[in-house]
Amino acid sequence: MTASILFFVLASVAIAAALGMLISRNPVNSALWLILNLFCVAGLYLTVNAEFIAVIQVLVYAGAIMVLFLFVIMLLNLSVLPDLKRIEWRRIIAFIMGMGLLAMLMFIVANTLDMVPDPVTLQVAAETGSATSLAKVLFTQYAMPLEVIGILLLAATIGAVVIAKKKPV
Amino acid sequence: MDLSQAYSMMMTDLGATLFLLIVAVSGLVLVVFDAFKPRHVATPWIAGLALSAGFVIEMMSIGAPEGLAWYDMMRTGGSAAFVNSLVLGSGALSIILTVPYLKKIGHNIGEVYAMILFATVGMLVLGAANNLVTVFVGLETMSICLYILTGFVRSESGSTESALKYFLLGAFSTGFFLYGIALIYGATGSMEFGAIRIAAEQSAGVMFWGGVSLLLVGFLFKVSAAPFHMWTPDVYQGAPTTITGFMSTASKAAAFAALVVVLWKALPAERWADVLAVFAVITMVIGNVIALSQQNIKRMLAYSSIAHAGYVLVGLASGSQAGYSGALFYLMVYTIMNIGAFGVLALLEWDGKEGSEQTLESLAGVGYRKPFLGWTMAVFMFSLSGFPPLAGFLGKWAVFAPAIDADLVWLAIIGVLTSAVSAYYYLRVLVVFFMKPEGENSPMAEHSFDIPRSSAAVLIACVVLLVVFGVTTFALDVTSGFFAADTVTQFLG
Repeated sequence: MTASILFFVLASVAIAAALGMLISRNPVNSALWLILNLFCVAGLYLTVNAEFIAVIQVLVYAGAIMVLFLFVIMLLNLSVLPDLKRIEWRRIIAFIMGMGLLAMLMFIVANTLDMVPDPVTLQVAAETGSATSLAKVLFTQYAMPLEVIGILLLAATIGAVVIAKKKPV
Repeated sequence: MDLSQAYSMMMTDLGATLFLLIVAVSGLVLVVFDAFKPRHVATPWIAGLALSAGFVIEMMSIGAPEGLAWYDMMRTGGSAAFVNSLVLGSGALSIILTVPYLKKIGHNIGEVYAMILFATVGMLVLGAANNLVTVFVGLETMSICLYILTGFVRSESGSTESALKYFLLGAFSTGFFLYGIALIYGATGSMEFGAIRIAAEQSAGVMFWGGVSLLLVGFLFKVSAAPFHMWTPDVYQGAPTTITGFMSTASKAAAFAALVVVLWKALPAERWADVLAVFAVITMVIGNVIALSQQNIKRMLAYSSIAHAGYVLVGLASGSQAGYSGALFYLMVYTIMNIGAFGVLALLEWDGKEGSEQTLESLAGVGYRKPFLGWTMAVFMFSLSGFPPLAGFLGKWAVFAPAIDADLVWLAIIGVLTSAVSAYYYLRVLVVFFMKPEGENSPMAEHSFDIPRSSAAVLIACVVLLVVFGVTTFALDVTSGFFAADTVTQFLG
């Protein structure tokens, strides 16, 4: 029960933050909304016992990638967009309600056709979501693809430098 | 499983995939070496020796029985070793051709060789994959390196343009591929080929077949089959010529090998025969017909490579063991022919003009001026169009005959007819080379260009191989032993 309350709170905050990111007129504000969204999603991962992904979500997305976003925003010197003169609330409300109705109908159709997969129970997730169990699989069974991904990232980095460096060779 | 056991297993697997280790480590060494000694003469030597060493190792293990390594992630021996040696050989020959070419166009950068090695790593992983994870990782490593190799000549706008096109479309197709893998995993709960097949035979719903379709789109894009071929002419034309030779052969061989293994081990073939047959027809017709109207030779060869992808698809559409092994044989022949043809074109870019600008007219009469290039090109063109004494004929036989056995006679007929059409544009190159007089203001009149001995040796080697594989059948006998029915049951266990 607590878990599902937590889920709904986090999910609604995440959706609200995503909306805030979309409709915010200032790009820096948008980025901050996105950080809130990413934190909420990390919280969602925690509720299904996927601790490792939650930590990675915060470290990589909310940390590194957001800093990159903010740098780009500041370097490009994006100005604040002018406010819209008149917001058509009626249209927005109609859109939200229409999408809600559509989602509900689609859920019912999918449910009757038995296309909605069963949710992963917390028990399963607890076994597979921790850093230890992930690392075990990653460094034994998936060791070879992991190493090749290392080469892939190295090649991409070198290639980016070769293609983007100032003085063409 | 305790860690010491995993450690000892890893050592065994490293031994089984020694070629991969050699190529990957040499790539890493090259990156560091080039940082301290830029443009050193030893750089291409390291790359070439690494690829040759891997080639020798894999050639020797072709006869070995098929096995698995890395927790069933990769296949070793047999057909996997054949594809690996194909990729490694193509890489080694391309490096020999690339060295003088890069000096000529003034872009002698060491990173290029490291990128070729990393791309080879990706192709090796892709060609020997036994799991959708390895397929994807290998495919991406290969593709990222090829985007970079396409676009490193930044002074040439054609190169940059083709790299961007390749990157955007390639990233798009990767999305399809990944989505397909996700759906297949969702439907079967596994990414290992054998397990997928078992799950698919028990229950294969919409989700599974949707995933398979998306996967197939990703594969067909990478092997440049119509209607996913749009990137091919631009990329082949814009990329540096020897690199085009490398990516049109090795990457196609690796991607086709992975597709063959997916069809063979993961999917019940009878469901896909008709779909692949339709794609084969579209690809052969589009490739051959559009190639007829091309003026630029590199572009023409790009459309011809689309057509050749169609011929290989004919072999796959037959869905039999003979068809799959015939496809591998065809890929080997195609690799030799195309490395040679692009090698000749790279040498013919004598006036500083990139191959992207060189038209058929500007090459008029070159066969008399440079008889060596003219005659080797003649062999490659005859082989590409499938004239009997050369390997191209035996290759076409290897893919068309299984199609007839599989009651796809109409498909084989269309294949033969379209390859008759292809003879027109292949032989037109020879007509221009030997029968058109050199024009008054022909650009080559005031240029003399010499042929490096190393490149000449590669061209001669390609010609010899084409003749040998055309008149003897031992290579065909080797490939026809692959994909035997008992190995698949052994895998399924």
